[in-house]
Amino acid sequence: MNAPTERTWKTIESGPHTLEGALHPVVVKNYGKWKYHKLIKPGVMVHYGHSGDALYTVRAGTPRQNTVDLVRNICDLADQYADGFMRFTIRNSVEFMFADESRIEPLIKELEEIGLPVGGIANCVAPIAHTQGWLHCDIPATDASGVAKGVMDNLYDEFKTLEMPNKVRLSTSCCSINCGGQADVAIVVKHTRPPRIDHNLLSTLCELPKAVARCPVAAIRPTIVNDKRSLMVDEEKCIVCGACFGACPSMEINHPEHSQFAVWVGGKNSNARSKPQSMSLVAEGIPNNPPHWPEVNAVVGRILKAYKAGGKPWERMNEWIDRIGWKRFFEEAELSFEIDMIDSYRHARTTFNQSTHVRF
Amino acid sequence: MEDIKGAGNSGDGQEMEDNKGKFLNPTPILDELEGGQWPSFITGFKELGERTEKPMIRGVLDQLEYSYKTKMGYWKGGMVTVKGYGAGIITRYSMIKDKFPEAKEFHTFRIQPAAGLHYSTKMLREVCDIWEKHGSGFMNMHGQSGNLQLIGIEQDKTQECFDELNQAGWDLGGAGATVRTAASCVGPARCEQACYDNLKVHEKVLKNYAGMTHRPEFNYKMKFKFSACPNDCANAIMRADVALIGTWRDSIQIEQENVKEWIDEYGEDALYEQVVNMCPTKAISHKVGTSTIEIENKDCVRCMHCLNVMPKALSPGKERGASLLMGGKNTLKVGVNIGSMMIPFMKLDTDEEIEEFIEQMDEIIDWWDDAGFDHERIGETIERVGMKQFLEAVGIKANIDMVVRPRDNPYYKKKYDSTAD
Repeated sequence: MNAPTERTWKTIESGPHTLEGALHPVVVKNYGKWKYHKLIKPGVMVHYGHSGDALYTVRAGTPRQNTVDLVRNICDLADQYADGFMRFTIRNSVEFMFADESRIEPLIKELEEIGLPVGGIANCVAPIAHTQGWLHCDIPATDASGVAKGVMDNLYDEFKTLEMPNKVRLSTSCCSINCGGQADVAIVVKHTRPPRIDHNLLSTLCELPKAVARCPVAAIRPTIVNDKRSLMVDEEKCIVCGACFGACPSMEINHPEHSQFAVWVGGKNSNARSKPQSMSLVAEGIPNNPPHWPEVNAVVGRILKAYKAGGKPWERMNEWIDRIGWKRFFEEAELSFEIDMIDSYRHARTTFNQSTHVRF
Repeated sequence: MEDIKGAGNSGDGQEMEDNKGKFLNPTPILDELEGGQWPSFITGFKELGERTEKPMIRGVLDQLEYSYKTKMGYWKGGMVTVKGYGAGIITRYSMIKDKFPEAKEFHTFRIQPAAGLHYSTKMLREVCDIWEKHGSGFMNMHGQSGNLQLIGIEQDKTQECFDELNQAGWDLGGAGATVRTAASCVGPARCEQACYDNLKVHEKVLKNYAGMTHRPEFNYKMKFKFSACPNDCANAIMRADVALIGTWRDSIQIEQENVKEWIDEYGEDALYEQVVNMCPTKAISHKVGTSTIEIENKDCVRCMHCLNVMPKALSPGKERGASLLMGGKNTLKVGVNIGSMMIPFMKLDTDEEIEEFIEQMDEIIDWWDDAGFDHERIGETIERVGMKQFLEAVGIKANIDMVVRPRDNPYYKKKYDSTAD
């Protein structure tokens, strides 16, 4: 324990850090007055301002779970090549911006030397948005950082080359809440059994009404077990979502074998061409198999191989599938359509084929 | 037998032999993640552990190795915070602290970065120095909500660490039933498509809600995300209760000489295949043999596709602002909700206009605070209570941009005087 000392600082509730001092001088000068941009090569682009200024950006992938040492190394490079500034993308890449074109190649060389690959802009695989997993989460069934590492090892070349029809965004989540988010391809834990209840501890760890209310299908009921207040789950009704586990740690939903992976495709946030779309389930029952998750990698690899071969320029995953139809998608990605891929939850009818439109 | 440093479990004798002179214990499964070409977080953690010899790093890696072995997680939550706040530190205690006493506490600071995740090296080095002094030195960049996450600190060090960060201009983010840390795309800082200054709006709105970020008072979380154009690089529509997405309402600006340059470079076939035919509302036309395009702006839905393909030739219109969409959230518990249109166009240039948006949000948050159930996001509350009831309560006028088509069932009720005959 630190020796208690008199606290003299009075908290300033400042919210987000101010932008002041965080922007490159060329950015400040051209703020809101950019004219257009051009991709120079994988991971490198240039923005031109109405002022005539050019600003070069080099983007590099990071492990996301960084350390102060890596961040200081990145700062060293930013001081040397980007005048002391950088930014991060929402997919965990770091971007260096500078006005001097001759810095591009030496910066790329130094980034690769510290193990940070340059790429991830435009029609390629961007780094995986992922969750915390076993490293830090309190309800994870897997280690999302490890899955992300395993999958990106396999897709390393796709990050560094421009061979996909359009951008490919991936995500990984360590439970069905899917904090990793909607993506072209999402690798998400899928529980397959109802929670296992620790009746001895439940009433001491959990607020019973809160856990009951948490269930979206009203499957949880109060009960008495061995003279102790507890909860029971109507296993017929239970949809194995895991919502109760977040409210009550005595309702263990995770299981080393029965918590598996599912792969979802076609999620898209952008409004470009097609409307934003949520993703669809295309593979399930995939084992949670650390530390390399080969079965997950195989499915993702097949999907991306098919998209790469069949997608037209600018078609995102969902748009390619829209054109060729789901039936052909399953064939091309060598996946099999299973009964649980027919929706059985709320708004299910919106996903049914209410027409005679069929591709034979 | 104390053959694993700082721990009460037993390890393989050969591994111990190989590990001589090292601070960390053997982690053979995690070490597998040091291969491959993608940067390895395990390598980073191990190097930091060997350099700083922080027992917490050793304990956490031991516990993580154990998770990889048993395929289960071992952290539980709790309530650690700093003076005056009720949120912002994610509390983690090891459930198996007898096995890994050095991993007993592993709490996380959520820090709100500048909008658009812009940093100077001075700012980041300051964070690194403070963090190495008080915490593990692990930095998650960034959390899915847009936080700079400093992972791994013990409770008795949190206040001092926070005070130093706070003096350097940093504040905690949201957690639990609060306004959460927001996220923005790169915005007008480096993007020609930016239709409003999302970075400025982000900063202003989140500063306004700083109190609601630090003290959980709501039914559940409330997330803001700010994308400066419909490409929505901040993933606002599906990740935010409140998505402010830039748009314009006049005509796309065309520079025909740059259209010609594009056709000269890529060819007329590409113009048809990649631009004309991909317009979702067939608003673009081109006459064979010419080097111009025409856009029927009345048909344009501002999807961004043609601007993305030919950014030098096409720009958003001059009358720029943002659309407000609400109710977006991910799966738990009703399934995925994509945000839906509330206000198709708002000007957000002046401080007064931003103030007006905040006032509208105050009304919306008040309504949700009253009408919502525990653990219910606003999209779920709107769905349960009814969109009509929501709109009337918060004073947003119904408009046709809110729907893809008018309703197809007759079950609504007009106001009537129940006392009349």
